[in-house]
Amino acid sequence: MINVHDLQVTLDSDAGLVRAIDGLALCIERGETFALVGESGCGKSMTALALMRLLPENGRVAEGRIELDGTDMVSLPESAMRRLRGGRIGMIFQEPATSLNPVMRIGDQIVEAIETHTTLRGEAARAKAIEWLGRVGIPEPERRIDDYPFRMSGGQKQRVMIAIALAAEPAFLVADEPTTALDVAIQAQILELLKRLQKEQGMGMLLITHDLAVVSGMAQQVALMYAGQIVETASAAEFFSSPMHPYARLLLQSLPGTHKRGEVLASIAGTVPPLTQTFIGCRFEPRCDRAFDRCRAQAPQLEEPFDTTATPSKRAVRCWLHVADAAAHGAEGVRAVTVESEHIRQAAGTTQSTATNAGLPLLDVQQLTVRFPIRSGLLQRVRAYSTAVSDVSLQIRRGETLALVGESGCGKTTLGKAIVQLLRQQAVIDGRALLDGADLFSLQGAALLQARRSVQMIFQDPYASLNPRMRVAEVLDEGLATLRPELDADARRARIASMVDRVGLRQDALQRYPHEFSGGQRQRIAIARALAVEPRLIVCDEPTSALDVSVQAQILNLLRELQREMGLSYLFITHHLGVVEYIADRVAVMKSGRIVESGDAGPLLALPKDPYTRALLAAVPRLVVP
Amino acid sequence: MAPKLVVLWTDAVMWTLVAALLVYARIVWRNPNLRAHWGRVLRDAPAFASAIVLGACLLVTLLDSVHYRRALAPAAGAASPTVAYDTRTRSLLDELLSRQVDSREATYSRPLAYQSFTLESLSVEGEVRRLPPRLLHGGAHLKDPAKEWHADIVTRTLTGLLLGAAIAVLLVAAVLALMARSGGHTMREVATSAWRDQTDVRWRAALATLVALCLIAGPAWMLADGYHLLGTDRTGNDVFYQSLKSIRTAFVIGTLATLATLPFAVVLGLMAGWFKGWVDEVIQYVYTVLSSVPNVLLIAACVLMVQVYLDQNTDRFETGAERADLKLFLLCVILGVTGWAGLCRLLRAETLKLRELEYVQAATAFGVGPWRIMAQHLLPNVMHLVLITTVLDFSGLILYEAVLSYVGVGVDPSMNSFGGMINLARSEMSRDPLVWWSFAAAFGFMVTVVLAANFFADGVRDAFDPRARVFRARPAVRRPKATSTP
Repeated sequence: MINVHDLQVTLDSDAGLVRAIDGLALCIERGETFALVGESGCGKSMTALALMRLLPENGRVAEGRIELDGTDMVSLPESAMRRLRGGRIGMIFQEPATSLNPVMRIGDQIVEAIETHTTLRGEAARAKAIEWLGRVGIPEPERRIDDYPFRMSGGQKQRVMIAIALAAEPAFLVADEPTTALDVAIQAQILELLKRLQKEQGMGMLLITHDLAVVSGMAQQVALMYAGQIVETASAAEFFSSPMHPYARLLLQSLPGTHKRGEVLASIAGTVPPLTQTFIGCRFEPRCDRAFDRCRAQAPQLEEPFDTTATPSKRAVRCWLHVADAAAHGAEGVRAVTVESEHIRQAAGTTQSTATNAGLPLLDVQQLTVRFPIRSGLLQRVRAYSTAVSDVSLQIRRGETLALVGESGCGKTTLGKAIVQLLRQQAVIDGRALLDGADLFSLQGAALLQARRSVQMIFQDPYASLNPRMRVAEVLDEGLATLRPELDADARRARIASMVDRVGLRQDALQRYPHEFSGGQRQRIAIARALAVEPRLIVCDEPTSALDVSVQAQILNLLRELQREMGLSYLFITHHLGVVEYIADRVAVMKSGRIVESGDAGPLLALPKDPYTRALLAAVPRLVVP
Repeated sequence: MAPKLVVLWTDAVMWTLVAALLVYARIVWRNPNLRAHWGRVLRDAPAFASAIVLGACLLVTLLDSVHYRRALAPAAGAASPTVAYDTRTRSLLDELLSRQVDSREATYSRPLAYQSFTLESLSVEGEVRRLPPRLLHGGAHLKDPAKEWHADIVTRTLTGLLLGAAIAVLLVAAVLALMARSGGHTMREVATSAWRDQTDVRWRAALATLVALCLIAGPAWMLADGYHLLGTDRTGNDVFYQSLKSIRTAFVIGTLATLATLPFAVVLGLMAGWFKGWVDEVIQYVYTVLSSVPNVLLIAACVLMVQVYLDQNTDRFETGAERADLKLFLLCVILGVTGWAGLCRLLRAETLKLRELEYVQAATAFGVGPWRIMAQHLLPNVMHLVLITTVLDFSGLILYEAVLSYVGVGVDPSMNSFGGMINLARSEMSRDPLVWWSFAAAFGFMVTVVLAANFFADGVRDAFDPRARVFRARPAVRRPKATSTP
């Protein structure tokens, strides 16, 4: 088994010494799946890298032991470590596209792993490689073994990666976000494969993920990390049925889904603290809704809770609420819930599900086809077209949210961009998109500017959607200056100030640069930028997929609130069905550029008619309490 | 009577550049982001040391960029009200080194020599013998050179070292005092941390460079006062003086030619990347053709055309210096016009990447026009590439000038330049005994300048290139531990 004691990992960075992992202890036995979950930046991946002794150049294990069946790996010489890596502990990485060598046949890559760590050579190794390809579900392994990685899809590459990791039959497998880069349907298959192989081989698996739903179907033991420490560890059943740490509870509550429709999601205010600072009290205290005086003054330890129910418990919590002598004080000392959650409760009382007013459609897309020209030859003549969106019709009514769902590459983003008029001069567009009876695609000059005011877009990646060289005030002013030329500088400034308030940022944010903000705050800036010109329709292109769960809840709440107050319509492009279930009034399912099914969200998600929709829904990992 | 100030083309550009540099420094100081980047350059010890060497060279360049002509005393009896001016244009540097300018020998002499390198027929005690004659200026103060020379050299060197050390101590103390004041520490603390190299900015390397420069400059100054420090060339000119004058030529070429590439590279690169389609086709075609023509050939053709123009319009220039300077200026422009393909290609590729980014898309969704997008969103985000390329090209162009002058299409022969010195050394190197000092001086100075520029460029690239930073983590040992771990 793998036993980690009091592991401390430090990274030397420009900002100072980062204590990426501070006192981590865990224990993985053979045959069990141990899930390490947490938001980005909490030290999950760093744990995996420390385990494999693959820390970046500026990082080192400052203290602690990592024992594999009794031998300490931290002090092993590098040559011995090479035998362990891949031999005793295999590893799968997040991005299958970059973890395979593109100029080597996949067979050679598997054989390389087999010959390094086993006694098999030559034909025997090749036969073993073919066997493994078959076991990871690659069809016709005898033929595919001589393929190069570029001949494979993302899912197949990840299967090959798994074959390489398992070919030496390691006792343990570290899987660092193994399905994050994959589509929902593929994700389900890969998870199923990992589960099966783990059972067959009797391996211990360390599964690292940010997706709680993935964990609930896979792991026996769960550890939740926050700011470089484990805050709660429990069996999966206990963790999901009765989370003890306030962070675990809030995190589970902030997951969107059908049952939360019409309610405001619980969100955790603020963000993960930077790990360069020294902590005095509990690291979660500033964001905790149940913090009391002791939390600020003294750091809690990871201890067995006094109020546990299971008797031979492997459960431990890092929270003063679950320490015997403190609980009595805790009950009286609980401070008023933080401002944000107060706000949420009030809002929850008044919120109703946004009534879809059956008025005229705001936007009427008719038989829209988007084709991209393929040029070739000396004179770059157009030889052919690739069709990204074909014959799509949809309507969006005022104050309504239409969710556009589909796998990556199905054309949903292209459709969104075409509606916001970002594909002019790049693509050939047939069909019409009527906004107030005027076809967006035929507008020019002033009329086009007028239409741009009405239709705005929020992008997926808040790190790429703000110009790093412009202050927030300039970012927000840009749209106003072009689309509202009738406003003078003072009027624009007043409007920008009110927008910043509206999306929940402080006024001093205006004079700062985007890199000074966290992902969630940046997405708020992006929302403010779109809102400033008073649009009626906002195309939201995966606005929460780059964000952590707790921050996703903040942004979804904000979007719903704005919709209720301003009567906005959303075209919500996403592949996250939990978000769809939570926010959408109507749903359109897209596949290979066509809409295969559309209708009201409730009935469609409950009783999908189209086989593709059914398959898509079945593949979504659900938070099941085992 | 007041001298007549002569503003040469390159003088004007150099001083404008200095003004621009000061404005940029002010911007950097006020912008925390840029300040952090430049701060990172100073955390690279070789880059900081190189910056100081380059700064010293820049000082020489600027001293050599204030030109004037002395007023001549009115000729006796001439009652004309117009003042006549000297035909020679002098600079402040010439004024400082007036001894070297005026102390022209007959021909070659070795460094620090008091005798000529060549033998002459002299009559000694009625008998004609082949002897090296005494130099007119070098070591002229010695009465019995054979005996006094050695002691004089040692005295001068030691005095120079002492003088240099005194200046170095003063400078270091001033820097430490400033550091102590801004940081709120005592002088002692600051000095200790600098000595142990525990400061974030690598002051130890910087101060060591400063001390080294002073220790070299002190003896050099003392020795140059009585001798020809690096000898004289064929026509008896002081080689040390020539080398110092060549620094300006190298700097002017390095900066001006790089700047001349920028308008083409930036505008065309951004346009090709943003508009794509036929605009991109045309621009790509032009720079592909341009980079297919051998550069020396192209430059030689342009320089010869300029030469013809200058020869036909000799009456337009009051002095030879003005003519030579215009030729230098035009050479820079030619280097710029023919050398923008590399940066343009880089910027086109970067723009193609940036234009798909979401903030550019957001700007398009707001209906912002193409030129505004290029100026607001694209240009600021490719500036780090421009900066890195400019600094990297600087040293390349200094070397290129040497190549061109060697081939004979470089700067005017009347203008001192490293290339010109090396060109002359071609015949000197085949003499026996060897005349090595002219070549060695040009080589030493040029390598110093180019090496410093390269180290500096390396530091700038590491600080500004986001990809380079990942691999250059500072080692953890250098940082003083805040908490001691048991």
